[in-house]
Amino acid sequence: MEFSRATILNWILFTPLVGAVVLLFLPREAKQVHRWLANLFMFAGFVVSLPLVFWYDKGQAGFQFEIRRPWIPSFHVEYHLGIDGISYLLIMLTTVLGFIAVLSSWAFIQERVKEYYIMFLILQTGMLGVFMSLDFVLFYVFWEVMLVPMYFIIGVWGHERKLYAAIKFFLFTLLGSVLLLLGILALYFYHGGVTGTYTFDIVRLMALDLPWEWQKWIFWAFFVAFAIKVPMVPFHTWLPDAHVEAPTAGSVILAGILLKMGTYGFMRFSLPMLPDASREYVWIMATLSIIAIVYGALVCMMQKDMKKLIAYSSVSHLGFCTLGIFALNHQGLAGSLLQQVNHGISTGALFLIVGLLYERRHTREIVAFGGLSTPMPRFATVYLIISLASLGMPLLNGFIGEFTILLGAWQVNKTWAAFAVVGIVLAAAYLLWLYQRVMFGPVTKPENEKLRDVNLREMGTLVPLVLWCFWIGIYPKPYFEVLERPIARLVQQAQPRQVREVSRLPVVLPQLPAEPPAEASESR
Amino acid sequence: MWTPFFQPIDFYVIVPQLELTLFACGILLMDFLLESRYKYLNAAAALLGIFFSGVRLWQMCNLSLVAFNGLFIVDSFFITFGFLFLIATAVVILMSIRYLEVEQTHEGEYYALMLFATVGMMFMAGGTDLITLFIGLELMALSFYILAGYLRADRRSNEAAIKYFLLGAFSSGILVYGFSLLYGISNSTNINEIALVVSERGLRDPVVFLAMIAIAAGMFFKIAAVPFHQWAPDVYEGAPTSITAYVSVASKAASFALLVRLFLTPLGPVRPNWEAILAVVAVLTMTVGNLAAITQENVKRLLAYSSIGHVGYILLGIVAGNETGFMAVIIYLYVYAFMTLGAFAVVVGMRRRDLIGEQISDMAGLFFKNPAPAVLMIIFLLALAGIPPTVGFWGKYFIFAALIQTRHYTLAVIAALYVLVALYYYFRIVVSLFMHAPREPGKMTLAPGLVAALTVTCLLTLIPGLYPEPLIRLAQSSIFPPFY
Repeated sequence: MEFSRATILNWILFTPLVGAVVLLFLPREAKQVHRWLANLFMFAGFVVSLPLVFWYDKGQAGFQFEIRRPWIPSFHVEYHLGIDGISYLLIMLTTVLGFIAVLSSWAFIQERVKEYYIMFLILQTGMLGVFMSLDFVLFYVFWEVMLVPMYFIIGVWGHERKLYAAIKFFLFTLLGSVLLLLGILALYFYHGGVTGTYTFDIVRLMALDLPWEWQKWIFWAFFVAFAIKVPMVPFHTWLPDAHVEAPTAGSVILAGILLKMGTYGFMRFSLPMLPDASREYVWIMATLSIIAIVYGALVCMMQKDMKKLIAYSSVSHLGFCTLGIFALNHQGLAGSLLQQVNHGISTGALFLIVGLLYERRHTREIVAFGGLSTPMPRFATVYLIISLASLGMPLLNGFIGEFTILLGAWQVNKTWAAFAVVGIVLAAAYLLWLYQRVMFGPVTKPENEKLRDVNLREMGTLVPLVLWCFWIGIYPKPYFEVLERPIARLVQQAQPRQVREVSRLPVVLPQLPAEPPAEASESR
Repeated sequence: MWTPFFQPIDFYVIVPQLELTLFACGILLMDFLLESRYKYLNAAAALLGIFFSGVRLWQMCNLSLVAFNGLFIVDSFFITFGFLFLIATAVVILMSIRYLEVEQTHEGEYYALMLFATVGMMFMAGGTDLITLFIGLELMALSFYILAGYLRADRRSNEAAIKYFLLGAFSSGILVYGFSLLYGISNSTNINEIALVVSERGLRDPVVFLAMIAIAAGMFFKIAAVPFHQWAPDVYEGAPTSITAYVSVASKAASFALLVRLFLTPLGPVRPNWEAILAVVAVLTMTVGNLAAITQENVKRLLAYSSIGHVGYILLGIVAGNETGFMAVIIYLYVYAFMTLGAFAVVVGMRRRDLIGEQISDMAGLFFKNPAPAVLMIIFLLALAGIPPTVGFWGKYFIFAALIQTRHYTLAVIAALYVLVALYYYFRIVVSLFMHAPREPGKMTLAPGLVAALTVTCLLTLIPGLYPEPLIRLAQSSIFPPFY
């Protein structure tokens, strides 16, 4: 299979899986071989995703690089991949963060190395598949497949209460998943009943005008699935457990990528397919988001465990993302997606930082540290930059995302924006206070006096993320350009029906052909 | 005018069954001549018989035949189930060889009885006459009663056999009472003729209603649906593990074939009457099966309760009652067979001279001792829980699809939520396999037959999971039109 625009998504998707298969046939004792190969395959996965940067056409609102093959023709399921600006950014985040996460596991994972890397490679394929799928069943398969390796990563290589955390994670997500499946099937049968063509094609399902009754129920089915994944407030209880108990790389991937699947689900499915319900329930969504922002931040203030603090900060940050989504305007949605990327970078980096400390001291208690900037100056610098990025300091990435979200929220409701700002203030408080307690002052514990500073490999995991923070913070224009068209289309799709009808004709129709170009793809 | 009851050509139609019968009788004779170390030849002969029967069945694909004046038919429904029985029997034979050696009861009757049971099942799937159906059912059930008690020295096995026999005979009695009522109103034992009479008599006819209740109760016994499920856990636990696998897969599939035949044809016209009953029983079955499985410590018992849960899902396909629903039933039975046989094959492999190997704790750390069977077990358990890309996902998927399509939303949500419960208890085994340290040093001995059984079931669990199209086609082709 040649490497070209027409096949690049296959390459990105299956490179990690091929790695997993290769590792499967290597003897278990060859730990070092497993490490090298796994890192190599993850890096290869990142490299094959790079051409997207050059080939991606910002001028298009629709899906690009589409691959379409029949999979289960008798039930109208296709193997259908394709990306737009939204999934493009998340895929790049996944390939980068996936590689960094695997690289960061080099020293920490000493037992059952082979299984660990196999799980991670499968996980990577699952996550990429979720962002690429344009067929609802394919999407669902990837969405579930990914749970299994994550379960094992938490349950085998995690910390003290790993089994509890792992099964809790699995059960919570599965609860959402099965309801999502029912929602998908309802959409499928409705579409078939109304139009006569049964299809799981996401693009065609987006063009469907669902009556209110259906939208309402399907919205809640989808909501449970995505809200658990994000997690939004009443469903967030799995997150602190899973994050705290997972090994470092697991936490990085959980926070960096897995949570984004929830927000991605809202943007890809709930808004375009169920616009009336999305608008109707904006109030509930916004309220839950604001509760998440403020509550998450307040809980952070009280944490004694560094990892738990960062886990709860995810709840707060993801509250911003959902608030942006349900502002339902261009700034809100674009800011939300950018903030998702930002959160992946900076929270991923924060988990790496906690992981570094844990590898050295085997504790995550805040009181066990203090004055670390003396023995670890390089570490202190990186950590400070990442903290500032996470709390929304101008010139760093978090500021751009949060500011754009606030801009969007402000246009809808000034009270929302006011509450959200409280979250930013609190974020500054808990992150800086954490930094102060861990890094500043005299070295309080004798064990901390001779801590090793970060080595080259650890720098290799952190520096790219720091650079990325600066890039987005200083020059976010490319990101907004990529998002411009897809978000514009998304905003249009989420409009009330009359507005959609009027404005759809010139812009949207070309992307929604009445018949899928089946002959075209086959002849190719 | 006198018409002969059958013509020689009729035997042409039942060649698959005849072949199995001949091989079974041959095994009984051959067994006397074999020294104990050559007993595996019995298994080889049985496999050969299954192979020949399968070839014949394959040649009959796409045929539609009626034999013995309408006592027995060959249609795609029969062919589909026939293959399922043959695959299940073959896999069980493969996993039995070493197990029987360990149990020191390696005798030819075992295989002969399995083949007889298969013959019975085939008549259950292809019979169109109450008499044929009942004789098929009893042939299967009698073989199973003996097989369940096959470990004569084991008290649990004896207990299982006697429980199975008493309750089975009782339920057969109820079932045949229902048959007699149908015969009474229609003066015929042919299910198509009965269907015509039943549809004339309408929904409110008390005799038809009573017959339906009796038949439903009898069938619920056979498939182990709540509230007639109590025999299942004890029988599953006490019977030889290979027979447990056989009962839970083949007997269940055959009973479902019979149930589908009965409920769609003679009882099809009174569908509104039984639809609600089936729905309630399905929900109860899922509830009891899944909740009771949570606390089990014995893997065989756990799988017994979980199989009760699976029965609930399959019943929901019949409740949905449309084309997708029947497709889902057939797909689910296939899927269930592959993954359950695989899981039991691992449990069979655990058995050693010094270890019964049925407790969840016995499986602790199996991954460190025998990684391959442990990983396979995890795959089977994921399939049983319905996680893609295993074949188990498609079983549940089509049940959900059928329910959504027929607007049984509440049932769909209930069925979906029990997936969570099922996942929880299956993962108790996964945790034991993969995350606990080994308790005792002994390894599993992987006999060639067991390896073959595991390979076959693993491939059948994974490949249709990734590419379910052939399985769906098969199920689609084997639906017969219901009588309503």
